[in-house]
Amino acid sequence: MLSASDKLSIRVEDVSVTYRTSFERTPTLRSTVLRLGRRERVMREIEALKNVSFDVSHGTVLGILGANGAGKSTLVRTVAGILPPTDGRVEVRGRVSTLLALGVGFNRDLSGRENVVLGGLAAGLTRDQMEAKYEEIVEFAELEEFMELPMRTYSSGMYGRLGFSVAVSMDPDILLIDEALSVGDARFRRKSFEKMRELCNQARTIVLVSHSMGSISELCDAAIWMHRGELRMVDEPDAVIEAYTRSLD
Amino acid sequence: MSTETETSRENGAVTAPKRPWTRRNGRTSGREDEFSSQTHVYLPHAAGLPPLRSYVREVWRRREFALELSRTRLRAQHFNTVFGQLWLVLNPLLLAGVYFVLVDIIRAHSRGLDFFAHLMAGLFAYYFVSNSMREGVKSVVKGGKLILNTAFPRGLLPIASVITAFMRFVPTIFIYAPVHIIAGLPIGPHLLWVFPLIALLTVLACGLAMFVAAAQVYFRDLSSFLPYALRVWLYVSPVLYYAHEVPSRYKWLLDANPLAPLLTAWSDVLNGGHAPTASDLALGGAWAFAIFVLGALFFVSREREFAVRI
Repeated sequence: MLSASDKLSIRVEDVSVTYRTSFERTPTLRSTVLRLGRRERVMREIEALKNVSFDVSHGTVLGILGANGAGKSTLVRTVAGILPPTDGRVEVRGRVSTLLALGVGFNRDLSGRENVVLGGLAAGLTRDQMEAKYEEIVEFAELEEFMELPMRTYSSGMYGRLGFSVAVSMDPDILLIDEALSVGDARFRRKSFEKMRELCNQARTIVLVSHSMGSISELCDAAIWMHRGELRMVDEPDAVIEAYTRSLD
Repeated sequence: MSTETETSRENGAVTAPKRPWTRRNGRTSGREDEFSSQTHVYLPHAAGLPPLRSYVREVWRRREFALELSRTRLRAQHFNTVFGQLWLVLNPLLLAGVYFVLVDIIRAHSRGLDFFAHLMAGLFAYYFVSNSMREGVKSVVKGGKLILNTAFPRGLLPIASVITAFMRFVPTIFIYAPVHIIAGLPIGPHLLWVFPLIALLTVLACGLAMFVAAAQVYFRDLSSFLPYALRVWLYVSPVLYYAHEVPSRYKWLLDANPLAPLLTAWSDVLNGGHAPTASDLALGGAWAFAIFVLGALFFVSREREFAVRI
């Protein structure tokens, strides 16, 4: 249990996330009107998280394991405040930086520079803070010549590198990373792994979703296993990995 | 549930509480700080609305984002090049010219330069509102990845669209000015009324942009219907004609049109040379604020769902 001296970083209490989604690929007014005529309902409820509770103390590196569709990304988004919980309560203490599967580059027609600046401003940084970090971000991503080009000209590896650089350069108290450690070429992958290790050694809270058990085992000091929206197990990384691997057989 | 569910390490950094969650008293849990940089508490939103005061505070704190977003969008439209600027001037001028010829033909050449000034001023004001909606309708859907990755007040996206439309409206004032002078229309302190009227138009534009931006998330074909609706709206607004010329059996069209009182007042000030009537001002203000409140409430109550809908 959490001792009194430990500083709480993230507290997830009995959180459930249910959302309704339609079968349609793109919802349109036309199809809605037609459907009303036929009195059909196409909504389906998805229980992405079911009564999940856990605490993360300050400075912990937490790994999240689980199959596709187990609710890992939903969990991280809920902690980031992007998806509101349907039930329960999430408390997060500190400034959060997220690197979710899609990374930066929300508008492919804008240049890398514009995307980075807009992303930072949306995350609540001031323009001065953003200017100060900009050089560092570009340097780490090794994309100096590409920053003024629209992001649609980028390769997927370049997307990933820029996303990773932005997330790790924000000096967050809490870093949430979803499946983003394996970006770029072998060299950049090693570099980003080194950076991760450096961040893990500083007293930051990191939540890491990964399918790479090697990185979870090496970087994390705790792990949870998500299974179909439920919290299956909380333990040391190696124990969780072992139980998870056993369940796959 | 597996037997491993309740496993927890004795001195572990991560713990799964065994007790069901009970609300702690006297803690910060009562206060919800959605986007602020210290403690964040995320609760279910049964009531639908986040705490509005902190929402507005966060929107204000991130105003730089809305400005920058609008600036990049203008840059993408070549706003900062010579030909881009020229086009920005030529386009509304041509539009006003075409509509003037059209109306002049229909009315068998009874229109003078003062009507041209009315037409121009009305078109520009109308296009400010309609461009806000055109820009705004896709603002949320196009911001998809940003919405999936970052927690921020989504209202900033349609607000940025209104800023973009406003930045395109400003140069049209300078196109209008010489026409106003050449037509010999009165110049005096009554012209100061344009400022409160622009403010009211902006309030209306914000409400409409928020409404269509949120509706587009649920009905993706709204953006294809919108141009038709906007064209019809122009024709039923007192732009191609004076409000006082509308026959009494069509008066209801003006009464049902949220833009009509503001555009009537707009024409009174610029063309008529006098202050707007109190009833136009009151009605226009009431429409603007009512639509703003409805649009903003609809948007804000829905915005937390956007992440799963995009």
